[in-house]
Amino acid sequence: MPAINLSKAPQPAATDPKQIRNFCIIAHIDHGKSTLADRMLQITEVVESRNMREQYLDRMDIERERGITIKSQAVRLPWKSGIDGKDYILNMIDTPGHVDFTYEVSRSLAACEGAILLVDCAQGIEAQTLANLYLAMENNLTIIPVLNKIDLPAAQPEKFAEELAKLIGCKPEDCLRVSGKTGAGVEELLDQIVAQIPAPVGKPDAPARALIFDSVYDTYRGVVTYVRVIDGHLNTRDQIQMISTGARHEMLEVGVISPEPVASKGLGVGEVGYLITGVKDVRQSRVGDTVTNYNRPAQEPLAGYKDPKPMVFSGLYPIDGADYPLLREALDKLQLNDAALVYEPETSAALGFGFRCGFLGLLHMEIVRERLEREAGLSLISTAPNVVYRVLRDDGKEMVVTNPSEYPEGKIEEVYEPVVRATILSPSEFIGSIMELCQDRRGTLLGMDYLSEDRVEIRYTLPLGEIVFDFFDNLKSRTRGYASLDYEATGEQPADLVKVDILLQGEQVDAFSAIVHKDKAYAYGVMMTGKLRELIPRQQFEVPIQAAIGSRIIARENIRAIRKDVLAKCYGGDITRKRKLLEKQKEGKKRMKMVGKVEVPQEAFIAALSTNADQEKSKK
Amino acid sequence: MASKPLSFYIHVPYCISRCGYCDFNTYTPSELNGDLAQVSNGYIDQLIKEVDIAGTRVSNEISTIFIGGGTPTLLDPNDFKRLLDKLQDKFGFKKGIEITIEANPDSINSEKLEKLISIGINRISFGMQSALPHVLKVLDRTHDPLNVERSVTAAKSAGFKEISVDLIYGTPGESIDDWKLSIQSALQLPITHVSAYALILETGTRLANQVKRKEYEIPDDGETAEKYLIADREFTKQGFNWYELSNWAKTGSECKHNLAYWQGNNWWGLGPGSHSHIDGERFWNIKHPNSYRSALKEGSPVAGREVLTAEDIENERVMLEIRLPSGIDKASLKSAQLEQVSQYLEGGELDKSAWQNGRIALTANGRLVADRIVRSILF
Repeated sequence: MPAINLSKAPQPAATDPKQIRNFCIIAHIDHGKSTLADRMLQITEVVESRNMREQYLDRMDIERERGITIKSQAVRLPWKSGIDGKDYILNMIDTPGHVDFTYEVSRSLAACEGAILLVDCAQGIEAQTLANLYLAMENNLTIIPVLNKIDLPAAQPEKFAEELAKLIGCKPEDCLRVSGKTGAGVEELLDQIVAQIPAPVGKPDAPARALIFDSVYDTYRGVVTYVRVIDGHLNTRDQIQMISTGARHEMLEVGVISPEPVASKGLGVGEVGYLITGVKDVRQSRVGDTVTNYNRPAQEPLAGYKDPKPMVFSGLYPIDGADYPLLREALDKLQLNDAALVYEPETSAALGFGFRCGFLGLLHMEIVRERLEREAGLSLISTAPNVVYRVLRDDGKEMVVTNPSEYPEGKIEEVYEPVVRATILSPSEFIGSIMELCQDRRGTLLGMDYLSEDRVEIRYTLPLGEIVFDFFDNLKSRTRGYASLDYEATGEQPADLVKVDILLQGEQVDAFSAIVHKDKAYAYGVMMTGKLRELIPRQQFEVPIQAAIGSRIIARENIRAIRKDVLAKCYGGDITRKRKLLEKQKEGKKRMKMVGKVEVPQEAFIAALSTNADQEKSKK
Repeated sequence: MASKPLSFYIHVPYCISRCGYCDFNTYTPSELNGDLAQVSNGYIDQLIKEVDIAGTRVSNEISTIFIGGGTPTLLDPNDFKRLLDKLQDKFGFKKGIEITIEANPDSINSEKLEKLISIGINRISFGMQSALPHVLKVLDRTHDPLNVERSVTAAKSAGFKEISVDLIYGTPGESIDDWKLSIQSALQLPITHVSAYALILETGTRLANQVKRKEYEIPDDGETAEKYLIADREFTKQGFNWYELSNWAKTGSECKHNLAYWQGNNWWGLGPGSHSHIDGERFWNIKHPNSYRSALKEGSPVAGREVLTAEDIENERVMLEIRLPSGIDKASLKSAQLEQVSQYLEGGELDKSAWQNGRIALTANGRLVADRIVRSILF
């Protein structure tokens, strides 16, 4: 067996960089990354068979259930090469698999010399994988193309080998074929990692520089920081310093993950492991930052550090106003582990007390919301997501708007909206429908390439604001679920935007205000007023529902007053029935929010703020 | 033992055919697998047995009795005589007792009417519903509108001094003028009392399903509200005063049995599905006549009961008292409740002079939103 007994394997802080191979796996959700990782753990015998469980490395429930890796990890795998018979240390660095975490992915890639491009050979490559592949190629990583799930009856390894070969410029027969499920081809893959991926190169005697590629909050140990040492050494009890923040910490523990944390004396050039400093908040140990030795600091940080920048904002409100303190607590707790999450208290006349939260993107938003609901047991309403606008007023002042209700009244010189470069991969039969959708969302076609005979890559520039709400759902339904989407921010553009307000009986309902393109204002107004007319029950007075741009009304609906609110009959058995009805109405009233004098049921807010796709989902 | 006045309700759960709007606990003979004689055989004896059960719980003399249904006039008056005798033996009748029977204009004649008078029934209520054949048809009522006039006149000749008719408004296809015509037809009869109910679409009824299938369209509630106001105006003009939201009577001809419900008196309902209210407890019998019969044999026909909490009692009090012209005593409510409800003074839903005199009483417009006003008091 080419596995090596752990005690005989090269030890941390004493491993020659020539014996090290650092790699990551680039794959789409469902393409079998976690299962392949499981097999690697088993074959290298770092996990005993009896302790093996599925998706061993995925820590959070939510990861396991949704098959998404939110946070990356690094596992040290000893391996005796079947080719040269020498001992090696393979560090497998897990990468998040989604568009919202591009920056985190890029840092994980920067910690590696090579990447396995893992593609389900029943499905082919997806847009996000492609985006991450390009990222890896930009980082000059050695790419090993691997077709997974060759055991599936629907597998088409020839077809997708062609596709991969074309993408990375290799020969179709260079694509390895494995089955994470059965383990077929995995040993050969491990050998190829050793053979193809270059060993790390660094200056062992230079001042220490280590790249932080992940940072995780642990209830018992505080923040656990994952690093890849580029130059020098990190040793337990060293004083370390974060170059971007200047913060100084004592290193309480250094170690490697194999796959449970094992403390070591230190970490040397090319090694991957973790640090614990007793810090309680991941924002003090930021992904992309450089760790150095405080007493002998490096002068130059490693390249590529960026502050995480929220792209999408939404208001989160507890359905039960009394849960507000719970929501605050839950957000505080979540932020310990999520440096990209930002929030500040916000008050909505319609929804009460809540928080305006900023997210990296849509999935990030969805995950945060789901974790708040699951881990803190909260029921939440979220307002329609919006992006960040830069507004130049005609008095020369500039402001940044993250909430439609802050959009300035009065004259505006120019508004800038964020734009993204979107990549869509889809079977070619849907090209027309996809172009129609992108056109409708003010997209500009950048180009289109055939990946294979019937699969196409379409590139568009799109305003981010046009894709945050229901673009993805729309794309999926137009392509019967086959299209995949990736996007990256590319800057901003001036746009002809207006704020549409919704008024109930003359009172503005802040939760429904939206910043939309001028050409879509009318459609939004008609859609929202129509929706609300259906959702808001009749009141004792007439309730006009209006959509307005400034003081100009662009759409109007009316809810007629109830003239009669009494049950005519009230005899013997009716009395109990009527009392029960009264009790029910009393319960119902608790879920009413008052907008001026109008009673609006909670459900109306939820329904009005959700997309059609949400409603479909909740029906299931 | 019970100190409040005592009433009895007697349920007759049979109808020859079921009306499309009706969700009462009533059955056609064929639904009970037989003809009328077969299915009703022994029914009065069952009720007599339940009277014995009532005797273990209450002992007051009886103030009012109401025989309803279903179609009580389908049964032989001699049967009612046996039951009334039993009640009189067991509890005694208060002087001036009111005994009412509901009658279907189609299943009554002079002979039957005289018989009913002779056994002590002194008040009769006819289901008229509408004077318009096309409205009756939507309701599935089978009677000929002319029969109403014929039977009311016959009741008068037979010696009934207190005669009432029931009307329904807001039926699909009924115009304002149709309704006015029904009101006028009713007011031409020799009656002392009239009830008018807005049609309630009860879930599961044939009519509710027809509306769901869009075979019929329920009139706009503004129009139905208008019809209530028209009825109130016309009845009042002819000397019928409202004494409950849906009931109008000549002075002294109010239905005492109904008032017993609304004033929270004690009442015992005999028969399947009947509800009772005795000293803060409500209970109700098993609904199906056959199950009622077997449960009674086992000892008790009661299907469920609830002991009213202080809050329940207060909710019911507000809910029922507001439906009466005397309304609610302001002193019985908290100042926050009074403040809440006072918004309806400005809107003209509450009677201002009653308010000055310490009462919360509804105007005609207020009666149209009585439930809303109750909610504003209670929550």
